[in-house]
Amino acid sequence: MPVTVNLPSILARLAENARQVEARPAPSATVGDVVSEVVARYPELGPRLRDEQGQPYPFVTFYLNDDDIRFNGGFAAAVRDGDEVTIVPAIAGG
Amino acid sequence: MATTLGAEPNTVHDLPELTQEEYLRYGRHIILPDVGEAGQRRLKASRVLLIGAGGLGSPTAMYLAAAGVGTLGLVDFDVVDASNLQRQILHGTSTLGHRKVDSARDRLHDLNPNVHLETYDAPFSASNALEIARDYDVIVDGTDNFGTRYLTNDVSVLLGKPNVYGSIFRFEGQASVFATADGPCYRCLYPSPPPPGMVPSCAEGGVLGVLPGLIGTIQATETIKLLLGLGDTLAGRLLLVNTLDMSFRTVRLRRDPACPACGTRTITHLEEYTEYCGIPGTEATAAANAVAAGTGDITVRELAEKLARGDDFDLIDVREPYEWQIGRIPGARLIPLGEFEAAIPTLDPSREIVVQCRSGQRSGRAVAALQAAGFVYARNLVGGILAWSDEIDPTIPKY
Repeated sequence: MPVTVNLPSILARLAENARQVEARPAPSATVGDVVSEVVARYPELGPRLRDEQGQPYPFVTFYLNDDDIRFNGGFAAAVRDGDEVTIVPAIAGG
Repeated sequence: MATTLGAEPNTVHDLPELTQEEYLRYGRHIILPDVGEAGQRRLKASRVLLIGAGGLGSPTAMYLAAAGVGTLGLVDFDVVDASNLQRQILHGTSTLGHRKVDSARDRLHDLNPNVHLETYDAPFSASNALEIARDYDVIVDGTDNFGTRYLTNDVSVLLGKPNVYGSIFRFEGQASVFATADGPCYRCLYPSPPPPGMVPSCAEGGVLGVLPGLIGTIQATETIKLLLGLGDTLAGRLLLVNTLDMSFRTVRLRRDPACPACGTRTITHLEEYTEYCGIPGTEATAAANAVAAGTGDITVRELAEKLARGDDFDLIDVREPYEWQIGRIPGARLIPLGEFEAAIPTLDPSREIVVQCRSGQRSGRAVAALQAAGFVYARNLVGGILAWSDEIDPTIPKY
Protein backbone atom coordinates (compact mmCIF):
# COMPACT_ATOMS: atom_id res chain seq x y z
CA MET A 1 0.00 0.00 0.00
CA PRO A 2 2.20 2.88 -1.22
CA VAL A 3 1.90 6.23 0.53
CA THR A 4 4.00 9.16 -0.65
CA VAL A 5 5.67 11.37 1.94
CA ASN A 6 6.73 14.85 0.78
CA LEU A 7 9.68 16.33 2.65
CA PRO A 8 10.84 19.95 2.52
CA SER A 9 14.51 20.38 1.64
CA ILE A 10 15.43 21.23 5.24
CA LEU A 11 14.33 17.69 6.21
CA ALA A 12 15.29 16.00 2.95
CA ARG A 13 18.96 16.45 3.80
CA LEU A 14 18.36 14.01 6.66
CA ALA A 15 16.84 11.52 4.20
CA GLU A 16 19.68 11.27 1.69
CA ASN A 17 18.25 14.36 -0.03
CA ALA A 18 15.05 12.57 -1.02
CA ARG A 19 12.22 15.09 -1.22
CA GLN A 20 9.72 12.30 -1.80
CA VAL A 21 9.79 9.04 0.11
CA GLU A 22 7.47 6.17 -0.64
CA ALA A 23 6.27 4.23 2.38
CA ARG A 24 4.55 0.86 2.15
CA PRO A 25 2.65 0.49 5.40
CA ALA A 26 0.33 -2.39 6.15
CA PRO A 27 -3.38 -2.06 5.35
CA SER A 28 -5.34 0.00 7.93
CA ALA A 29 -2.16 1.88 8.80
CA THR A 30 -2.09 5.40 10.22
CA VAL A 31 -0.07 8.53 9.51
CA GLY A 32 1.93 7.62 12.63
CA ASP A 33 2.77 4.24 11.08
CA VAL A 34 3.93 5.95 7.91
CA VAL A 35 6.11 8.33 9.92
CA SER A 36 7.56 5.39 11.86
CA GLU A 37 8.43 3.60 8.64
CA VAL A 38 10.16 6.70 7.25
CA VAL A 39 12.05 7.25 10.51
CA ALA A 40 13.15 3.58 10.53
CA ARG A 41 14.65 4.18 7.11
CA TYR A 42 16.14 7.59 8.01
CA PRO A 43 16.70 7.66 11.79
CA GLU A 44 18.04 11.24 11.79
CA LEU A 45 14.57 12.41 10.81
CA GLY A 46 13.08 11.03 14.02
CA PRO A 47 13.73 13.92 16.42
CA ARG A 48 12.70 16.42 13.73
CA LEU A 49 9.29 14.82 13.22
CA ARG A 50 8.20 13.55 16.63
CA ASP A 51 8.69 14.60 20.23
CA GLU A 52 9.89 12.33 23.00
CA GLN A 53 6.36 11.02 23.45
CA GLY A 54 6.18 10.14 19.76
CA GLN A 55 3.69 12.93 19.04
CA PRO A 56 3.89 15.69 16.41
CA TYR A 57 5.46 18.99 17.40
CA PRO A 58 3.30 22.12 17.33
CA PHE A 59 5.76 23.65 14.87
CA VAL A 60 5.78 20.81 12.32
CA THR A 61 2.47 20.29 10.54
CA PHE A 62 1.49 17.08 8.78
CA TYR A 63 -1.01 17.18 5.94
CA LEU A 64 -2.78 14.08 4.73
CA ASN A 65 -3.89 14.78 1.18
CA ASP A 66 -3.61 18.50 1.94
CA ASP A 67 -5.65 18.37 5.18
CA ASP A 68 -4.07 19.10 8.56
CA ILE A 69 -4.04 15.80 10.52
CA ARG A 70 -4.59 17.62 13.82
CA PHE A 71 -8.24 17.97 12.85
CA ASN A 72 -8.48 14.33 11.84
CA GLY A 73 -7.00 12.33 14.72
CA GLY A 74 -3.36 13.39 14.48
CA PHE A 75 -0.95 10.50 13.97
CA ALA A 76 -3.94 8.15 14.39
CA ALA A 77 -5.46 9.39 11.12
CA ALA A 78 -5.95 6.44 8.77
CA VAL A 79 -4.11 6.35 5.45
CA ARG A 80 -5.20 4.65 2.27
CA ASP A 81 -3.46 3.41 -0.82
CA GLY A 82 -2.13 6.33 -2.85
CA ASP A 83 -2.40 8.92 -0.08
CA GLU A 84 0.12 11.73 0.24
CA VAL A 85 1.57 12.99 3.50
CA THR A 86 3.15 16.44 3.29
CA ILE A 87 5.35 17.65 6.14
CA VAL A 88 5.63 21.40 6.65
CA PRO A 89 7.91 22.71 9.42
CA ALA A 90 7.71 26.32 10.52
CA ILE A 91 10.20 28.62 8.83
CA ALA A 92 10.73 32.24 9.70
CA GLY A 93 13.09 33.79 7.16
CA GLY A 94 12.12 37.02 5.51
CA MET B 1 -16.11 37.79 -3.36
CA ALA B 2 -14.17 39.02 -0.36
CA THR B 3 -15.22 42.02 1.65
CA THR B 4 -13.53 45.22 0.59
CA LEU B 5 -11.13 46.51 3.21
CA GLY B 6 -9.27 49.29 1.58
CA ALA B 7 -11.24 52.31 2.54
CA GLU B 8 -13.87 53.10 5.08
CA PRO B 9 -16.03 55.16 2.74
CA ASN B 10 -17.76 52.51 0.71
CA THR B 11 -19.16 54.75 -1.98
CA VAL B 12 -17.00 55.85 -4.85
CA HIS B 13 -18.17 59.35 -4.18
CA ASP B 14 -16.30 59.41 -0.86
CA LEU B 15 -13.02 58.11 -2.26
CA PRO B 16 -10.15 60.46 -3.10
CA GLU B 17 -10.02 61.80 -6.64
CA LEU B 18 -7.23 60.85 -9.01
CA THR B 19 -5.05 63.54 -10.51
CA GLN B 20 -4.33 63.77 -14.23
CA GLU B 21 -0.90 62.30 -13.58
CA GLU B 22 -2.46 59.41 -11.66
CA TYR B 23 -4.91 58.60 -14.45
CA LEU B 24 -1.93 58.22 -16.77
CA ARG B 25 0.23 56.34 -14.24
CA TYR B 26 -2.46 53.85 -13.28
CA GLY B 27 -4.00 53.52 -16.74
CA ARG B 28 -3.36 49.76 -16.98
CA HIS B 29 -5.20 49.26 -13.69
CA ILE B 30 -8.06 51.56 -14.59
CA ILE B 31 -8.82 49.65 -17.77
CA LEU B 32 -8.92 46.36 -15.81
CA PRO B 33 -12.63 45.56 -15.45
CA ASP B 34 -12.26 44.38 -11.84
CA VAL B 35 -10.26 47.42 -10.73
CA GLY B 36 -11.37 50.41 -12.73
CA GLU B 37 -11.30 54.00 -11.57
CA ALA B 38 -13.21 53.15 -8.41
CA GLY B 39 -10.70 50.42 -7.47
CA GLN B 40 -7.78 52.72 -8.10
CA ARG B 41 -9.33 55.39 -5.91
CA ARG B 42 -9.92 52.73 -3.28
CA LEU B 43 -6.21 51.82 -3.39
CA LYS B 44 -5.39 55.50 -3.00
CA ALA B 45 -7.50 55.61 0.16
CA SER B 46 -5.88 52.45 1.56
CA ARG B 47 -3.25 52.07 4.27
CA VAL B 48 -0.93 49.06 4.43
CA LEU B 49 1.64 48.36 7.15
CA LEU B 50 4.74 46.39 6.22
CA ILE B 51 6.62 44.76 9.08
CA GLY B 52 10.17 44.44 7.77
CA ALA B 53 11.83 46.20 4.86
CA GLY B 54 14.10 43.29 3.95
CA GLY B 55 13.80 40.39 1.53
CA LEU B 56 10.02 40.03 1.57
CA GLY B 57 9.34 43.68 2.35
CA SER B 58 11.32 44.85 -0.69
CA PRO B 59 9.13 43.51 -3.52
CA THR B 60 5.97 43.93 -1.46
CA ALA B 61 6.64 47.60 -0.77
CA MET B 62 7.73 48.32 -4.31
CA TYR B 63 4.71 46.72 -5.96
CA LEU B 64 2.25 48.23 -3.50
CA ALA B 65 3.81 51.65 -4.02
CA ALA B 66 3.79 51.23 -7.79
CA ALA B 67 0.16 50.07 -7.61
CA GLY B 68 -0.83 53.30 -5.90
CA VAL B 69 -1.65 52.21 -2.36
CA GLY B 70 -2.14 55.61 -0.75
CA THR B 71 -0.25 55.09 2.50
CA LEU B 72 2.49 52.59 3.24
CA GLY B 73 3.86 52.14 6.75
CA LEU B 74 7.33 50.60 7.05
CA VAL B 75 8.73 49.17 10.28
CA ASP B 76 12.41 48.25 10.39
CA PHE B 77 15.21 49.20 12.75
CA ASP B 78 18.07 47.70 10.74
CA VAL B 79 20.67 49.34 8.50
CA VAL B 80 21.51 48.31 4.95
CA ASP B 81 24.35 45.80 4.86
CA ALA B 82 26.18 44.50 1.78
CA SER B 83 24.94 40.99 2.53
CA ASN B 84 21.35 42.26 2.10
CA LEU B 85 21.75 43.31 -1.52
CA GLN B 86 21.60 39.78 -2.98
CA ARG B 87 17.84 39.86 -2.36
CA GLN B 88 16.66 43.11 -0.75
CA ILE B 89 16.10 45.06 -3.94
CA LEU B 90 14.55 48.00 -2.13
CA HIS B 91 18.09 48.98 -1.16
CA GLY B 92 21.24 49.55 -3.18
CA THR B 93 24.95 50.04 -3.08
CA SER B 94 24.46 53.78 -2.69
CA THR B 95 22.48 53.28 0.54
CA LEU B 96 24.86 50.88 2.30
CA GLY B 97 24.98 51.83 5.96
CA HIS B 98 21.78 53.89 5.75
CA ARG B 99 18.75 53.15 7.89
CA LYS B 100 16.58 50.74 5.94
CA VAL B 101 13.51 52.89 6.37
CA ASP B 102 15.41 55.88 4.92
CA SER B 103 16.75 53.84 2.03
CA ALA B 104 13.26 52.49 1.39
CA ARG B 105 11.70 55.94 1.51
CA ASP B 106 14.05 57.24 -1.17
CA ARG B 107 13.46 54.27 -3.46
CA LEU B 108 9.68 54.22 -3.01
CA HIS B 109 9.37 57.98 -3.44
CA ASP B 110 11.23 57.68 -6.73
CA LEU B 111 8.95 54.81 -7.78
CA ASN B 112 5.77 56.68 -6.93
CA PRO B 113 5.85 60.13 -5.29
CA ASN B 114 2.07 59.99 -4.82
CA VAL B 115 2.42 57.40 -2.05
CA HIS B 116 2.51 58.71 1.50
CA LEU B 117 5.16 56.87 3.52
CA GLU B 118 5.14 56.51 7.28
CA THR B 119 8.35 55.02 8.64
CA TYR B 120 9.07 53.50 12.04
CA ASP B 121 12.79 53.16 12.72
CA ALA B 122 12.26 50.88 15.72
CA PRO B 123 11.77 47.21 16.48
CA PHE B 124 8.12 46.12 16.19
CA SER B 125 7.54 45.21 19.83
CA ALA B 126 4.80 44.51 22.32
CA SER B 127 5.11 48.07 23.56
CA ASN B 128 4.49 49.83 20.23
CA ALA B 129 2.81 47.28 17.93
CA LEU B 130 -0.83 48.05 18.66
CA GLU B 131 -0.33 51.77 18.42
CA ILE B 132 1.56 51.50 15.13
CA ALA B 133 -0.84 49.02 13.51
CA ARG B 134 -4.12 50.51 14.68
CA ASP B 135 -4.70 52.85 11.75
CA TYR B 136 -3.83 50.48 8.91
CA ASP B 137 -6.17 48.33 6.83
CA VAL B 138 -3.85 45.38 6.20
CA ILE B 139 -0.66 44.17 7.90
CA VAL B 140 2.04 42.43 5.86
CA ASP B 141 4.35 40.06 7.72
CA GLY B 142 7.80 40.35 6.17
CA THR B 143 9.69 39.66 9.38
CA ASP B 144 12.62 37.32 9.77
CA ASN B 145 12.08 35.70 13.14
CA PHE B 146 9.47 33.71 15.01
CA GLY B 147 9.00 36.15 17.85
CA THR B 148 7.92 39.00 15.58
CA ARG B 149 5.75 36.66 13.55
CA TYR B 150 3.74 35.70 16.64
CA LEU B 151 3.59 39.34 17.67
CA THR B 152 2.39 40.37 14.19
CA ASN B 153 -0.23 37.64 14.30
CA ASP B 154 -1.53 38.60 17.71
CA VAL B 155 -1.70 42.29 16.76
CA SER B 156 -3.65 41.39 13.63
CA VAL B 157 -6.12 39.24 15.55
CA LEU B 158 -6.57 41.77 18.36
CA LEU B 159 -7.17 44.61 15.90
CA GLY B 160 -9.21 42.50 13.44
CA LYS B 161 -6.91 43.26 10.51
CA PRO B 162 -5.80 40.71 7.91
CA ASN B 163 -2.22 39.49 8.19
CA VAL B 164 -0.63 38.78 4.82
CA TYR B 165 1.98 36.20 5.66
CA GLY B 166 5.13 35.16 3.83
CA SER B 167 8.13 33.20 5.02
CA ILE B 168 11.22 31.84 3.30
CA PHE B 169 14.12 29.50 3.92
CA ARG B 170 16.78 28.36 1.45
CA PHE B 171 14.80 27.38 -1.68
CA GLU B 172 11.30 27.19 -0.18
CA GLY B 173 8.63 29.61 0.85
CA GLN B 174 5.19 29.79 2.40
CA ALA B 175 2.40 32.33 1.98
CA SER B 176 -1.08 32.74 3.38
CA VAL B 177 -3.57 35.28 4.63
CA PHE B 178 -4.35 35.07 8.32
CA ALA B 179 -6.76 36.73 10.72
CA THR B 180 -9.57 37.47 8.32
CA ALA B 181 -13.09 37.55 9.79
CA ASP B 182 -13.64 33.79 9.53
CA GLY B 183 -10.20 32.44 8.68
CA PRO B 184 -7.43 30.86 10.73
CA CYS B 185 -4.47 32.74 12.17
CA TYR B 186 -0.77 31.93 12.34
CA ARG B 187 -1.21 30.29 15.73
CA CYS B 188 -3.81 27.94 14.21
CA LEU B 189 -1.09 26.78 11.81
CA TYR B 190 1.78 26.69 14.29
CA PRO B 191 0.56 26.86 17.91
CA SER B 192 4.08 27.46 19.18
CA PRO B 193 7.52 28.09 17.66
CA PRO B 194 10.42 25.65 17.54
CA PRO B 195 12.94 25.80 20.35
CA PRO B 196 16.09 27.85 19.81
CA GLY B 197 18.50 26.18 17.46
CA MET B 198 16.08 23.72 15.87
CA VAL B 199 15.54 25.83 12.76
CA PRO B 200 18.44 27.83 11.41
CA SER B 201 17.89 31.41 10.31
CA CYS B 202 18.46 32.61 6.74
CA ALA B 203 21.69 34.20 7.96
CA GLU B 204 22.90 30.70 8.81
CA GLY B 205 21.08 28.49 6.34
CA GLY B 206 21.14 30.78 3.34
CA VAL B 207 18.32 31.82 1.04
CA LEU B 208 18.00 31.96 -2.73
CA GLY B 209 18.05 35.65 -3.61
CA VAL B 210 15.01 35.61 -5.89
CA LEU B 211 12.89 33.58 -3.45
CA PRO B 212 11.69 36.60 -1.43
CA GLY B 213 10.86 38.15 -4.81
CA LEU B 214 8.50 35.28 -5.54
CA ILE B 215 6.89 35.17 -2.11
CA GLY B 216 6.85 38.96 -1.62
CA THR B 217 5.03 39.54 -4.89
CA ILE B 218 2.47 36.95 -3.82
CA GLN B 219 2.02 38.94 -0.60
CA ALA B 220 1.60 42.15 -2.61
CA THR B 221 -0.98 40.43 -4.82
CA GLU B 222 -2.94 39.15 -1.84
CA THR B 223 -2.84 42.59 -0.23
CA ILE B 224 -4.31 44.26 -3.31
CA LYS B 225 -6.99 41.56 -3.57
CA LEU B 226 -7.94 42.18 0.07
CA LEU B 227 -8.06 45.94 -0.43
CA LEU B 228 -10.23 45.66 -3.54
CA GLY B 229 -12.28 42.62 -2.55
CA LEU B 230 -11.05 40.71 -5.59
CA GLY B 231 -11.05 36.95 -6.13
CA ASP B 232 -10.28 34.37 -3.47
CA THR B 233 -7.38 35.11 -1.20
CA LEU B 234 -5.13 32.56 0.49
CA ALA B 235 -7.21 32.81 3.69
CA GLY B 236 -7.76 29.22 4.78
CA ARG B 237 -4.98 27.96 2.56
CA LEU B 238 -1.21 27.75 2.90
CA LEU B 239 0.77 28.08 -0.32
CA LEU B 240 3.99 26.04 -0.33
CA VAL B 241 6.54 27.03 -2.94
CA ASN B 242 9.59 24.93 -3.73
CA THR B 243 11.83 26.59 -6.30
CA LEU B 244 13.99 23.51 -6.83
CA ASP B 245 11.24 21.64 -8.62
CA MET B 246 9.18 24.84 -9.07
CA SER B 247 6.19 23.28 -7.39
CA PHE B 248 3.32 25.31 -5.98
CA ARG B 249 1.10 23.37 -3.60
CA THR B 250 -1.73 24.62 -1.42
CA VAL B 251 -2.84 22.82 1.72
CA ARG B 252 -6.00 23.60 3.63
CA LEU B 253 -5.88 25.53 6.89
CA ARG B 254 -8.62 25.54 9.48
CA ARG B 255 -9.36 27.89 12.31
CA ASP B 256 -8.52 26.01 15.50
CA PRO B 257 -11.32 26.44 18.07
CA ALA B 258 -8.67 25.99 20.78
CA CYS B 259 -6.40 28.69 19.33
CA PRO B 260 -5.65 31.15 22.16
CA ALA B 261 -5.57 34.07 19.71
CA CYS B 262 -8.55 33.68 17.37
CA GLY B 263 -10.37 30.71 18.98
CA THR B 264 -10.75 30.99 22.73
CA ARG B 265 -9.38 34.55 22.57
CA THR B 266 -7.46 34.09 25.79
CA ILE B 267 -4.72 36.27 24.35
CA THR B 268 -6.08 39.68 25.21
CA HIS B 269 -2.86 41.65 25.33
CA LEU B 270 0.65 41.43 23.91
CA GLU B 271 3.36 39.68 25.83
CA GLU B 272 7.11 40.13 25.47
CA TYR B 273 8.08 38.20 22.36
CA THR B 274 11.83 38.73 22.20
CA GLU B 275 12.54 35.67 24.33
CA TYR B 276 9.75 33.73 22.70
CA CYS B 277 11.99 31.64 20.58
CA GLY B 278 15.56 32.65 20.98
CA ILE B 279 16.04 33.03 17.25
CA PRO B 280 17.22 36.58 16.73
CA GLY B 281 15.31 39.23 14.91
CA THR B 282 18.15 40.34 12.73
CA GLU B 283 21.69 39.41 11.98
CA ALA B 284 22.71 42.46 13.98
CA THR B 285 21.20 41.04 17.14
CA ALA B 286 22.57 37.56 16.62
CA ALA B 287 25.67 38.12 18.65
CA ALA B 288 23.74 39.66 21.51
CA ASN B 289 21.39 36.68 21.63
CA ALA B 290 24.24 34.22 21.54
CA VAL B 291 25.98 35.93 24.39
CA ALA B 292 22.74 35.93 26.34
CA ALA B 293 22.54 32.18 25.81
CA GLY B 294 25.86 31.57 27.49
CA THR B 295 27.72 32.98 30.41
CA GLY B 296 31.13 33.38 28.85
CA ASP B 297 31.95 35.61 25.94
CA ILE B 298 35.08 37.04 24.42
CA THR B 299 35.58 39.92 22.00
CA VAL B 300 37.64 39.67 18.84
CA ARG B 301 40.20 42.07 20.34
CA GLU B 302 40.60 39.87 23.39
CA LEU B 303 40.97 36.84 21.13
CA ALA B 304 43.59 38.60 19.01
CA GLU B 305 45.54 39.44 22.17
CA LYS B 306 45.34 35.84 23.38
CA LEU B 307 46.61 34.57 20.04
CA ALA B 308 49.41 37.15 20.01
CA ARG B 309 50.44 36.12 23.53
CA GLY B 310 50.44 32.45 22.54
CA ASP B 311 47.93 31.53 25.26
CA ASP B 312 47.13 27.85 25.55
CA PHE B 313 43.50 27.32 24.54
CA ASP B 314 41.39 25.63 21.87
CA LEU B 315 39.77 27.72 19.14
CA ILE B 316 36.89 25.90 17.45
CA ASP B 317 35.06 27.13 14.36
CA VAL B 318 31.54 25.65 14.13
CA ARG B 319 30.71 26.93 10.64
CA GLU B 320 30.22 24.76 7.58
CA PRO B 321 33.18 23.65 5.40
CA TYR B 322 32.20 25.99 2.54
CA GLU B 323 32.30 28.91 4.95
CA TRP B 324 35.68 27.76 6.25
CA GLN B 325 36.95 27.97 2.66
CA ILE B 326 35.97 31.65 2.49
CA GLY B 327 38.21 32.56 5.39
CA ARG B 328 39.26 31.48 8.86
CA ILE B 329 40.89 32.74 12.02
CA PRO B 330 44.47 31.49 12.45
CA GLY B 331 44.69 28.52 14.79
CA ALA B 332 41.03 27.60 14.49
CA ARG B 333 39.86 24.01 14.12
CA LEU B 334 36.71 23.20 12.17
CA ILE B 335 33.89 21.24 13.80
CA PRO B 336 30.61 22.11 12.01
CA LEU B 337 27.74 22.69 14.42
CA GLY B 338 25.91 19.59 13.16
CA GLU B 339 28.85 17.46 14.30
CA PHE B 340 29.61 19.43 17.42
CA GLU B 341 27.55 17.52 19.94
CA ALA B 342 29.17 14.23 18.90
CA ALA B 343 32.61 15.83 19.21
CA ILE B 344 32.12 17.13 22.76
CA PRO B 345 33.49 13.92 24.37
CA THR B 346 36.72 14.45 22.42
CA LEU B 347 37.22 17.90 23.98
CA ASP B 348 39.05 18.57 27.24
CA PRO B 349 36.76 20.22 29.84
CA SER B 350 39.76 21.46 31.81
CA ARG B 351 40.97 23.61 28.93
CA GLU B 352 39.74 27.03 27.86
CA ILE B 353 37.73 26.70 24.65
CA VAL B 354 36.79 29.64 22.43
CA VAL B 355 34.06 28.87 19.91
CA GLN B 356 33.38 31.00 16.87
CA CYS B 357 31.13 31.04 13.81
CA ARG B 358 30.03 33.70 11.35
CA SER B 359 28.18 36.09 13.63
CA GLY B 360 28.20 34.49 17.08
CA GLN B 361 24.82 32.78 16.93
CA ARG B 362 25.76 29.17 16.19
CA SER B 363 28.81 29.40 18.43
CA GLY B 364 26.50 30.63 21.18
CA ARG B 365 24.56 27.41 20.89
CA ALA B 366 27.77 25.37 20.85
CA VAL B 367 28.95 27.12 24.01
CA ALA B 368 25.57 26.45 25.63
CA ALA B 369 25.99 22.76 24.75
CA LEU B 370 29.48 22.77 26.24
CA GLN B 371 28.22 24.41 29.42
CA ALA B 372 25.42 21.85 29.66
CA ALA B 373 28.10 19.17 29.39
CA GLY B 374 30.01 20.71 32.30
CA PHE B 375 32.61 22.77 30.44
CA VAL B 376 33.18 25.83 32.61
CA TYR B 377 35.83 27.47 30.45
CA ALA B 378 33.86 27.68 27.20
CA ARG B 379 33.63 31.15 25.65
CA ASN B 380 31.73 32.49 22.68
CA LEU B 381 33.40 34.88 20.21
CA VAL B 382 31.04 37.85 20.05
CA GLY B 383 30.27 38.88 16.47
CA GLY B 384 32.13 35.88 15.02
CA ILE B 385 34.32 36.12 11.96
CA LEU B 386 32.34 39.15 10.77
CA ALA B 387 33.62 41.11 13.77
CA TRP B 388 37.09 39.62 13.22
CA SER B 389 37.02 40.99 9.66
CA ASP B 390 35.74 44.37 10.87
CA GLU B 391 38.21 44.88 13.70
CA ILE B 392 41.22 42.59 13.27
CA ASP B 393 41.78 41.31 9.74
CA PRO B 394 39.87 43.08 6.95
CA THR B 395 41.43 40.73 4.36
CA ILE B 396 38.98 38.05 5.48
CA PRO B 397 35.89 38.40 3.26
CA LYS B 398 32.56 39.09 4.92
CA TYR B 399 29.63 37.12 3.56
